[in-house]
Amino acid sequence: MYKSALIGLLSMLAVVMLPQDAQAEYADVVINNYADAAGMRPAVFPHWYHRIRFRCKVCHADLGFKFKAGGNKITMAKIIDGKFCGACHNGEISWSVENCGMCHSGVPGTPTQIHGSTVQRLVAPTYKSLDKKAK
Amino acid sequence: MKTKHFFLGVTMSMVMSLVLVNAEAAQPPLKEVKAAKGKVSGANVFNRLLKKDKQRNAPPPEDGIHDAANDGTHVLQPPKIAYDGLPTTEFGNYVDWVKALQDGLLRPRYDRFDPTVEPLVMDLDIVREVKASMPDVVFPHKPHTQWLHCSNCHPKIFIPQRNANVINMSAILLGTKCGVCHGKVSFPITTKSCTKCHSKPKPADWKPPKSEASLKNPWR
Ligand code: HEC
Ligand code: HEC
Ligand code: HEC
Ligand code: HEC
Ligand code: HEC
Ligand code: HEC
Repeated sequence: MYKSALIGLLSMLAVVMLPQDAQAEYADVVINNYADAAGMRPAVFPHWYHRIRFRCKVCHADLGFKFKAGGNKITMAKIIDGKFCGACHNGEISWSVENCGMCHSGVPGTPTQIHGSTVQRLVAPTYKSLDKKAK
Repeated sequence: MKTKHFFLGVTMSMVMSLVLVNAEAAQPPLKEVKAAKGKVSGANVFNRLLKKDKQRNAPPPEDGIHDAANDGTHVLQPPKIAYDGLPTTEFGNYVDWVKALQDGLLRPRYDRFDPTVEPLVMDLDIVREVKASMPDVVFPHKPHTQWLHCSNCHPKIFIPQRNANVINMSAILLGTKCGVCHGKVSFPITTKSCTKCHSKPKPADWKPPKSEASLKNPWR
């Protein structure tokens, strides 16, 4: 019990000391389809870091990442099979999968999202256009 | 067992921080308010809805989505260090990615393995006339094909034919058309970025078309 109290106190301190709303780097993706349920922290994918090293084409055309946060149903089985993150995080192009904490670094309970997106920052959901043809 | 402690801890902290947040909300929001004679209701705070970045390019442990209790978090690179020397903007990552690439300050690979593969760049501007008072939109293929492949846009997002696509601002803000990327990863839609897309000025004698409803019912 004292252990949970300690963790509680520590994470409460963290919550209080942290700014109230998240202000992560624009385009950071939190992926949490399954991680929380499996007792892992959500994965955080930093776009800014990767686009300095690769063009969008490498991931979104060659590796087949769909333009949708959480839409690729990434799992560890696929990663160690060389798919998705595993196409690079394999000890050849980049560090290997045993570095769990490098990817699984999100605050537990954070939902899947693309951080700082225009949609997220709108004060109210955007209105539908009068133009019926528009989709 | 460990996870049980962890979840218990997190739940406890959530409850406690909720209590704290509520306590904060109950206090009068501004100093000047205290000095005034009456008492302004907490419902009438100055900025009820404004969202501002309090800290640009926050380092991972302080950014609110990375867990500072995770050791890996502290090994991650803070964006500010990586952006040193890159041209800046007033939105998104606060980096001008197009200029940085064109000035040779970045060398992202076009191929996963081979750093020498050159992108398939196409220099074709598409002008889209805008009905409203905003300057017309110029869609430049060049900066897009420097980063992306034709198949990223054609044909799923855009039919590759001039004016074959219905595009408007609400569609973009809802995250379709240009908004699939802009507002997510490439530069976002904010007051300061409008003219990046709306870049072709209207002719000097251009006037906004009048609404039919007002023309028909001149009740004044
Ligand atoms: C290269 C980044 C990366 C690394 C390294 C990594 N993971 Fe993952 N992992 C992911 C992503 C992305 C997901 C999908 C998250 C989701 O949708 O919830 C995931 C999902 C998971 C899941 C839930 C889904 C499943 O496959 O059952 C578990 C459990 C998991 N990871 C454990 C681990 C462990 C343990 C390690 C270290 C041995 C590890 N991961 C290393 C990226 C990574
Ligand atoms: C290293 C690989 C990689 C690179 C390079 C990359 N992305 Fe991504 N992108 C991802 C991953 C991973 C996701 C999240 C997918 C998921 O959650 O299943 C994503 C998601 C997205 C999304 C979806 C956001 C939403 O609506 O939910 C967009 C848009 C996007 N990327 C655009 C880009 C653009 C534009 C570039 C180039 C400037 C780029 N990406 C470069 C890997 C990459
Ligand atoms: C196209 C190749 C590629 C893909 C796909 C890829 N990465 Fe990476 N990633 C890299 C490279 C290269 C690095 C830099 C490694 C280094 O510095 O040694 C990196 C670094 C990282 C870092 C560390 C950033 C830092 O601050 O040091 C994280 C976190 C990360 N990747 C997560 C992911 C996740 C999660 C996925 C899948 C959703 C993914 N990556 C997919 C190539 C890739
Ligand atoms: C970022 C998305 C994007 C990418 C990447 C892209 N295009 Fe386009 N393309 C467009 C848009 C938007 C239009 C204008 C459609 C309209 O006006 O309705 C267009 C129009 C076109 C047209 C029609 C021109 C005309 O005069 O009718 C052709 C041909 C075309 N693209 C070819 C390509 C080729 C080839 C590539 C790759 C080298 C490419 N596009 C990459 C978005 C893109
Ligand atoms: C598939 C993703 C994608 C789509 C769809 C897309 N863009 Fe872009 N656009 C990018 C990327 C990536 C850049 C590079 C700059 C950045 O990331 O901020 C860019 C850059 C630009 C620039 C150049 C800005 C400069 O600094 O010179 C303009 C203008 C632009 N986009 C307009 C549009 C318009 C208008 C549309 C819709 C017709 C559109 N884009 C659709 C990904 C996209
Ligand atoms: C990513 C590029 C992009 C950005 C950024 C952008 N626009 Fe647009 N805008 C467009 C396109 C494309 C159209 C449709 C033009 C057409 O009719 O073909 C449009 C149309 C419009 C229209 C005409 C009405 C409509 O919905 O068709 C208005 C008004 C407008 N934009 C205002 C703005 C304002 C204000 C901003 C800044 C907050 C802005 N736009 C930022 C691309 C952009």
